[in-house]
Amino acid sequence: MKSGHRYPGRTLGQIKRNWGLYALLFPAAVLTLLFAYKPMYGVLIAFKDYSPALGITGSPWAGFKYFEKFFHSYQFSSTIKNTLIISVYSLVTFPIPVILALMVNQMRPNRFRRFFQTVSYMPHFISTVVMVGLMMILLSPSTGLVGNLYSLFGKEAPDLMGSAGLFSSVYVWSDVWQHVGWDSIIFIAALSAVDPSLYEAATVDGASRWHKVRYIDIPMLMPTAITLLILRVGGLLGVGFEKVYLMQNDLNATSSEILSTYVYKIGLLSSQYSFSSAINLFNTVINFILLIMVNQISKKLSENSLW
Amino acid sequence: MGVLQPAAQKKTGKIKNNRTSDTVMEFVMYVIAAVFLLILIYPLFFIVIASFSDPSAVAGGQVWLFPKGFTLDGYKELLRHDNIWIGYRNTILYTVVGTVIGLAVNISAAYALSRKDLTGRKYISLYFIFTMFFNGGLIPTFLTIRDFHLYDTFLVMVLPFSVGVFNIIVARTFFQTSIPGDLWEAAQIDGCGNLRYFAQVVLPLSKAIIAVLGLWIAVGSWNSYFNALIYLKNPDMYPLQLILRNILITNQMQSGMGTGEAAQIALRLANMMRYSVIIVATVPIMCVYPFVQKYFNQGVMIGAVKE
Repeated sequence: MKSGHRYPGRTLGQIKRNWGLYALLFPAAVLTLLFAYKPMYGVLIAFKDYSPALGITGSPWAGFKYFEKFFHSYQFSSTIKNTLIISVYSLVTFPIPVILALMVNQMRPNRFRRFFQTVSYMPHFISTVVMVGLMMILLSPSTGLVGNLYSLFGKEAPDLMGSAGLFSSVYVWSDVWQHVGWDSIIFIAALSAVDPSLYEAATVDGASRWHKVRYIDIPMLMPTAITLLILRVGGLLGVGFEKVYLMQNDLNATSSEILSTYVYKIGLLSSQYSFSSAINLFNTVINFILLIMVNQISKKLSENSLW
Repeated sequence: MGVLQPAAQKKTGKIKNNRTSDTVMEFVMYVIAAVFLLILIYPLFFIVIASFSDPSAVAGGQVWLFPKGFTLDGYKELLRHDNIWIGYRNTILYTVVGTVIGLAVNISAAYALSRKDLTGRKYISLYFIFTMFFNGGLIPTFLTIRDFHLYDTFLVMVLPFSVGVFNIIVARTFFQTSIPGDLWEAAQIDGCGNLRYFAQVVLPLSKAIIAVLGLWIAVGSWNSYFNALIYLKNPDMYPLQLILRNILITNQMQSGMGTGEAAQIALRLANMMRYSVIIVATVPIMCVYPFVQKYFNQGVMIGAVKE
């Protein structure tokens, strides 16, 4: 914006000349203002004793009362622990789509490869509701596919959906099953941008296919992988509400209550607006700090960063 | 990064390899790929054959490769449930209108942001991107929607969350890399304004990104239930996913409790319907994908690689 300071007239002229571009931006900007920034102002209720009759501005201040209430509640450590277990567990599965992409890239571009890709994308199109419904049907120990498989070998199947100890595994691996193909697309794209002369040079130098994967493909994927990893770590406490909420039942309750489901229950089901907002704000702030930290670390170590 | 190479072209440069290590690696890879394919595809295949089978055969573990006791009762039962068809109609409406709005808002904003001569571009980008990492949270957003009198209206399902910052970033990258800047200069000389240029030159050149974003948005709204769960009260406005949730997930708990013959029959019908409802709800959205697939390489891939 240096030129703007020196020639304010020129900047204004440019804005005027390009008014059409601002018109194109207008709808998205207004929607963002109304539905993203206005609620940010509403975050204030986390520090107030919000009552709908008085409104956000009119409600009396409560300071950090609701934050303290949350920190001292017995739900504090268990929801955070459950959230962290699930998200760190998911983070560990991060390399799987990368490996899949490396494999697809090694396949000859023929019908099998196309079939393989199409099939691996398919589960992504299943909605969360149907996915959890599917899991309930297939994983049922009495009537489901898993139950039938076990009885084929004369064994008793574990109750995968109704077990607190297995909840995180069921959640994470069903997610891998559903999205691994889709998540690999971005890496396949990055690999398709590799300059073919690199492979030719490597072949001349006597590299095996494994060498090429190791010394060309994997380094090529690093920038994309790191960027995505930063985003994932930034959302470490932001495990999605939808699937966990649908998978919850009385049997797995001790390990399935996470921050976002707790926020929903406190806020919308029991109408404790301020308390719920405080928990939510705590969650957002931690994520924001994590994101900045990981981004800084990555900047130092690898020159990859989001900004 | 270099120009995107079509996969086929890259592979023609492949040099014949007779090493045993390469052959072994290829063999291992295809075996892993085949196992992987089986794990992905079998549960989906099972649902299809189970939907045409006698439910007691399914529960008894007799259905593995072909339907057993072929029946269409599950699908017939489906036809008798009015709320499924109301949900179906609502979902189609929300998806069509939501996709049109989403495309219009995001594509036009993305194009404006892709133009280097947009004054204040950096700050406007930041304005959008900030909302990716920080938000008001559930309750403040809920209060905002209610203040705007959007609660329980058609609009709440298609408008408030139509701005997708990630979509804007991908589309912006697409415009930056595939619409030559010279075109705008030429158009300007001919006296063409920004809006006409966008409508008559940019949009026709951008079918790939429109198709890809359209698919993303459509799949997202077809599959979403969270917004409906929170913002809709009137059951006549429920989308399919919310009704599916009652059939697939919530009912499962309740139906197990009933006793007596009537309850047994109801349970049997509910079980049969479960498979067919999954198919009826999922197949339409999966059918869209193949039509968009051909744009995928041009669309996402360019957007993804350059990011």
